[in-house]
Amino acid sequence: MANFFDEMMAGGTGAVRDHYREFDDWLKRQSAERIARKRAEADLTFRRVGITFAVYGDDAGTERLIPFDTIPRIIPAHEWAALEAGLVQRVKALNMFVHDIYHDQNIIKAGIIPAQQIYQNAQYRPEMQGINVASDIYAHIAGVDIVRAGKGEFYVLEDNLRVPSGVSYMLEDRKMMMRLFPELFARHRIAPVEHYPDMLLENLRSVAPTGVNDPTVVVMTPGMYNSAYFEHAFLAQQMGVELVEGKDLFVNANNVYMRTIRGPQRVDVIYRRIDDDFLDPLAFRSDSTLGVPGLLSVYRAGRVTLANAIGTGVADDKSIYPFVPDMIRFYLSEQPLLNNVPTWQCRKPEDLAYTLAHLSELVVKEVHGAGGYGMLIGPASSKQQIDDFRQRLIARPDGYIAQPTLALSACPTYVENGIAPRHIDLRPFVLSGKTISMVPGGLTRVALEEGSLVVNSSQGGGTKDTWILEE
Amino acid sequence: MLSRTADHLYWMARYTERAENTARMLDVAVQTSMLPQSQADAESGWRAMLGISELEEAFEAKYDVLDARNVLEFMISDTDNSSSIVSCLTGARENARAVRGVLTTEVWETHNATWIEMQRRVNKVALDADPSDFFEWVKYRSHLSRGVTVGTMLTDEAMYFLRLGTFLERADNTARILDIKYHAAKQSGLHDTLSQRDFYYWAALLRSVSGFEIYRKVYRDAITPARVAELLMLRADMPRSLLACMEQVVANLKSVRNDVSVDTERMAGKIHAELQFARIDDILEAGLDDTLGNFMENLFELGNRISRDFLVPLAA
Repeated sequence: MANFFDEMMAGGTGAVRDHYREFDDWLKRQSAERIARKRAEADLTFRRVGITFAVYGDDAGTERLIPFDTIPRIIPAHEWAALEAGLVQRVKALNMFVHDIYHDQNIIKAGIIPAQQIYQNAQYRPEMQGINVASDIYAHIAGVDIVRAGKGEFYVLEDNLRVPSGVSYMLEDRKMMMRLFPELFARHRIAPVEHYPDMLLENLRSVAPTGVNDPTVVVMTPGMYNSAYFEHAFLAQQMGVELVEGKDLFVNANNVYMRTIRGPQRVDVIYRRIDDDFLDPLAFRSDSTLGVPGLLSVYRAGRVTLANAIGTGVADDKSIYPFVPDMIRFYLSEQPLLNNVPTWQCRKPEDLAYTLAHLSELVVKEVHGAGGYGMLIGPASSKQQIDDFRQRLIARPDGYIAQPTLALSACPTYVENGIAPRHIDLRPFVLSGKTISMVPGGLTRVALEEGSLVVNSSQGGGTKDTWILEE
Repeated sequence: MLSRTADHLYWMARYTERAENTARMLDVAVQTSMLPQSQADAESGWRAMLGISELEEAFEAKYDVLDARNVLEFMISDTDNSSSIVSCLTGARENARAVRGVLTTEVWETHNATWIEMQRRVNKVALDADPSDFFEWVKYRSHLSRGVTVGTMLTDEAMYFLRLGTFLERADNTARILDIKYHAAKQSGLHDTLSQRDFYYWAALLRSVSGFEIYRKVYRDAITPARVAELLMLRADMPRSLLACMEQVVANLKSVRNDVSVDTERMAGKIHAELQFARIDDILEAGLDDTLGNFMENLFELGNRISRDFLVPLAA
């Protein structure tokens, strides 16, 4: 894995890239003590502010910090402009795809995506068939994971269209960097991101049910023991809207209400941070205590907006992922601006054969997996692990896809013995309403272990502030 | 505002206030136990301490010996005891965490920092060496959390429910302290100048509610049980008196009035009026126990009504 792209140092010569020159200059003049002191300050502040997340499987109530690295990930404005155009195009096509699937299914009729790929998908929701949602938007908030491979080219790794998280870390990381090193912001022209909550609120208000003039927006959380509870509370506070749990809501006469100290108040838009399965015990999992009985019927009647819509998961599944470039061509008659990672679909016998023959080189992922669980990274696995995985793959080939092991780009990062390159990815947050918009940049996640490619916070990843540098 | 949000705020304030009052009572108990006394007196002192919070049974189910060490452990750090300081501060922090978006950053950080620091402080070594230092710290954190609340929060519904919780809890605690101490001290006459031992006893009671200096300032006279009762019940200018607390309860209830709360307001107003127009001599004649007993029952009922009208009703 030696041939990765280094975000800061140019390959071969080892010279500092233009957009990192100013930062490098500054960094060289900082004493080790000052940096150590600032890093300790960041740690202390995050803990006191309670910017923590819960790790499932730990002792109940355990809260951990997501490690924050003080070396920013810098992207020059022209590179971001290209990414942004590609993201707008991609998310637009994905929304059209979900609408199509739950209406005329033209893309299936045209023979571009096999019908069974849709109907066998656990995230396909027959309840949504023929239902109209406000502005035909399904994925109001998308967190598209982007990585950079060997020569610096960008790839989309995943389209997270259900309940993508992490945006609060993007905002808190920026706040922290400004607090620790204000002088850096005087020396650089860094595009601001702090208006994200305003954009989000505007976006949510724009997709209220028809006829509602001054919509009441709420954020819906599974509760304070959810791993992303901090973010739910943070976003509700920043937008100035109520943070509700299922038990705060009830359905009456085809409306959703929240229980307030002044009696029931109608709710028009629910930014729900809770999976489809738990939304409505009458419609989905009957053992869910997190949801609101009857919510689906109000939703189907178009009397409340759910963001994201029910059933968007049909489009961000790893088995649908390989078709996204085709969607762009089909719905927009455009060529895709962003690359897809080449993907072998193990449900196809020839792809399965290739995958089995090259397991030690490939990354194999569960079709419905997320969070870095249940995957095989061939080059980093023992023979035993590969053999175990081979059995699982043979037993259920349609549950897996395989991709080449990308040499993810790396960014200098503080590690135990100073500064060393660590692999990173990028998650921009794309908002869809009347228009498609995003703040410049996103959340950069970093795999803190040497050589590791897994950046998920649940697997020990950290985060960095992400700078889009105006040129 | 969501009913659940109001509920979390209300309980956050109650738990914070309860932690402070527990620290105050324990501090006085520790001070009192340093006076020369018999083994039996010492034991009955600690029993009275548990009696304030109606915890004798829970204590006896867990501990064999009724002594300072065990009572302190039970009341400070025992997480099986929902009234222990650790339980209260954890409860306050959990409730704050559930509504952190409604609190200012400063208020949330104060509660979170208290909880983090508490875990460091609550270890046997530190407490054995100097429990009073810990009680001071708890009181200080409670002062801080109240100050940061008043100093940074908007005066809106969130504030009103916080204040309701604080003053209901404080009224309850003051009534309990007075009730128990009064039982224990019944032997001496109500208007008599105190024997030396009783003097320390009542002085300790006053100190537990930061009332010793206030007493001197208000009465400029020897300490008598009747005046102590008057100070803690009927003086509107004494911040921990029943009357002062009820004034706040009435005012804050009025600020959150809704369609169904009229009877609750009426009840609070009645409790307040009874204190406002009472004379201490009449109360003592009728029996202080009865008056305090009634007050605590009414307060309990008032708390239930507030939960029913505004918050998440308590499970039956």
